[in-house]
Amino acid sequence: MPEPRRRRPVLRDERITLAHGAGGKATRDLVEALFAEELDNEALAPLGDSAVVPSVAGRLAVTTDSYVVRPLEFPGGDIGELAVYGTVNDLAVAGARPLWLSAGFVLEEGLPVARLRGLVASMADAARRAGVAVAAGDTKVVERGKADGLYVTTSGVGALEHDLALGPEQVRPGDRVLLSGTLADHGMAVMIARGDLRLEGDVVSDTAPVHELTAALLRLGDAVRWMRDPTRGGLATALAELASQSGLAVRVREAALLVRPAVRAACEILGIDPLYVANEGKLVAVVDAGAAADALALLRADPLGADAAEIGTVESEPPGLVLLDTTLGGSRIVDVLVGDPLPRIC
Amino acid sequence: MKYVDEYRDPELARGLAAEIRSLVTPGEVVRVMEICGGHTHAIYRHGLEELLPPEVELVHGPGCPVCVIPMGRVDDAIAIAETEGVTLATFGDMLRVPGGRGSLLEANARGADVRMVYSPLDALELARQEPERHVCFFAIGFETTAPATAVTLLRARAARVPNFSVFCNHVLIEPPLRAILETPGLRVDAFVGPGHVSSVIGTDAYRFIPEEYGRPIVVSAFEPVDLLQSIAMLLRQRVDGRCEVENQYTRVVRREGNARALAAIAETMEAREDFEWRGLGPLPRSALRIRDELAAVDAERLFALPGARIEDPKACRCGEVLTGQLKPWECGVFGTACTPERPLGTCMVSSEGACAAFFSYGRLRLPREARVGA
Repeated sequence: MPEPRRRRPVLRDERITLAHGAGGKATRDLVEALFAEELDNEALAPLGDSAVVPSVAGRLAVTTDSYVVRPLEFPGGDIGELAVYGTVNDLAVAGARPLWLSAGFVLEEGLPVARLRGLVASMADAARRAGVAVAAGDTKVVERGKADGLYVTTSGVGALEHDLALGPEQVRPGDRVLLSGTLADHGMAVMIARGDLRLEGDVVSDTAPVHELTAALLRLGDAVRWMRDPTRGGLATALAELASQSGLAVRVREAALLVRPAVRAACEILGIDPLYVANEGKLVAVVDAGAAADALALLRADPLGADAAEIGTVESEPPGLVLLDTTLGGSRIVDVLVGDPLPRIC
Repeated sequence: MKYVDEYRDPELARGLAAEIRSLVTPGEVVRVMEICGGHTHAIYRHGLEELLPPEVELVHGPGCPVCVIPMGRVDDAIAIAETEGVTLATFGDMLRVPGGRGSLLEANARGADVRMVYSPLDALELARQEPERHVCFFAIGFETTAPATAVTLLRARAARVPNFSVFCNHVLIEPPLRAILETPGLRVDAFVGPGHVSSVIGTDAYRFIPEEYGRPIVVSAFEPVDLLQSIAMLLRQRVDGRCEVENQYTRVVRREGNARALAAIAETMEAREDFEWRGLGPLPRSALRIRDELAAVDAERLFALPGARIEDPKACRCGEVLTGQLKPWECGVFGTACTPERPLGTCMVSSEGACAAFFSYGRLRLPREARVGA
């Protein structure tokens, strides 16, 4: 039970003003009555210059990511949730159990306080679901027009509770490539939510934490070689990097890739290849061939991995390339993304 | 997905591939040029070449509208974009095309206001939303996109939008085809005709190809099964001793085209004396300009444009690639000085460009020693 506060702080302003970033009373009210109240946790509560957390045995994973998505809210998620899950997922795919986050907010003058509260509350919900605490934070305010409402940067710390080595150098010819679900939901949801395409569709972002999926796979020990969350640049870019870093080939079966009908329709209309569109709640992993069936069963046991599938194989030739065997019976190279068809999606 | 899956059916594709094999004479190569960049992209995206026998060689033609815009016109667009108070709106593909002074994306980074739109009507809407700025739409494309520009011009006039103009770079499909057909030592035996352009101009517009140049053409849709069927139809013509215009894209394309779209083009635009094509040089009456009646929305009359003619980089052989004289990988800079990331020539810029499509999707099919980036 947290101790009852001495004085309940109040935030009366309807909109963020430059005063909220000036470091004075307005800043304190904002921090205490909004951020601390919503994100409520023991590490954050003292509101000191640094959060002090217990020590952890073994290796740590540290990561950071900035979130500038436009619009701030989209079907299936919002920037607050994204800022938690994005960083949690970066820790998770490194094989770590996510523990603490810090969050830096750049607020635009004029942002409605109620909207900010909603986003921070969503961040708090996301943190609870992912089992992390937002232990430290900072707020700055910039003049109206200098930011799109709100930018968030989250850094994260996670603990590696095993001695496994994960990475492209662990991948061997014959290994299997697994994907936890459908492709391109997040990127297309945000694209449609922006409204400049005047396209409507039942497309929902897949924003979710994958830490339980990664934890499940880690039970397989060194049969797990490599894990990634295919965000910007999509599955294509994640696999192209794996191929180039490992010096091996990745052969993917197009027929094994799942894309929801509405997402596929939107991609077809816009001429966008779903392989290159961002996901925010998917895991792609390479595992030893002998463990592939067990790995699939572990992924599918989690609702988030219900649609998990084996999508391809690692081969030795041709080195450094991803090949897609098309449904039609042909094949082609899958290259890294050049340019950015969908800016500001995370 | 309805209207897509039927045309990507592996079973149908295998059947058509078998039919194609039965229509070729072993050892006798038939060179088929697909004119349209959309076809080039589909061929690579679905790995279609692997389904074809070695006797069918695909040559990628000039139908990538981004690829044929000369560098001087890109510089003109940059000059418009850099004018105080002006927003330049254009299709995403155009943003990375290098001109003499870099690309529009680079101009944007230097402070110009360049925005991506999906339709000229979106650019007009932008002008309505931002009345304090002048919005100029950088119009590119064949007869495919010209009707949308025409409709936009007519609406801008009807609604009296004062802060909108169009920088017209629309081109026509017939002149470059004639240029290719008149290339000495032509390496093309048959043509897969563009689908979208044909929905506007109709199939009759291609009769000069069999009648004057003795080459068959089949107008094709864009899905893999469509393309395979079109190739089979071309080969069937050869076997039957026919040489004519045929229409595979019957679900959209009519013999006479789309009269309303053609009327909108004719009402707003007219042929230019000549227009410079990247790789092909100047071609007479090969592009459209805005008619005098619409001078008030014609960016070429509103802005002082440099209008310079800029030579393509010497090492770049886009012209020969565009005319089917050269395969992408036969160009000396392919994959080395010229890559999708840092394109030298325009064929490498758009994903519909012959070089970019080949680089991104097909370079594995090269003999090993010729492979780059692999």
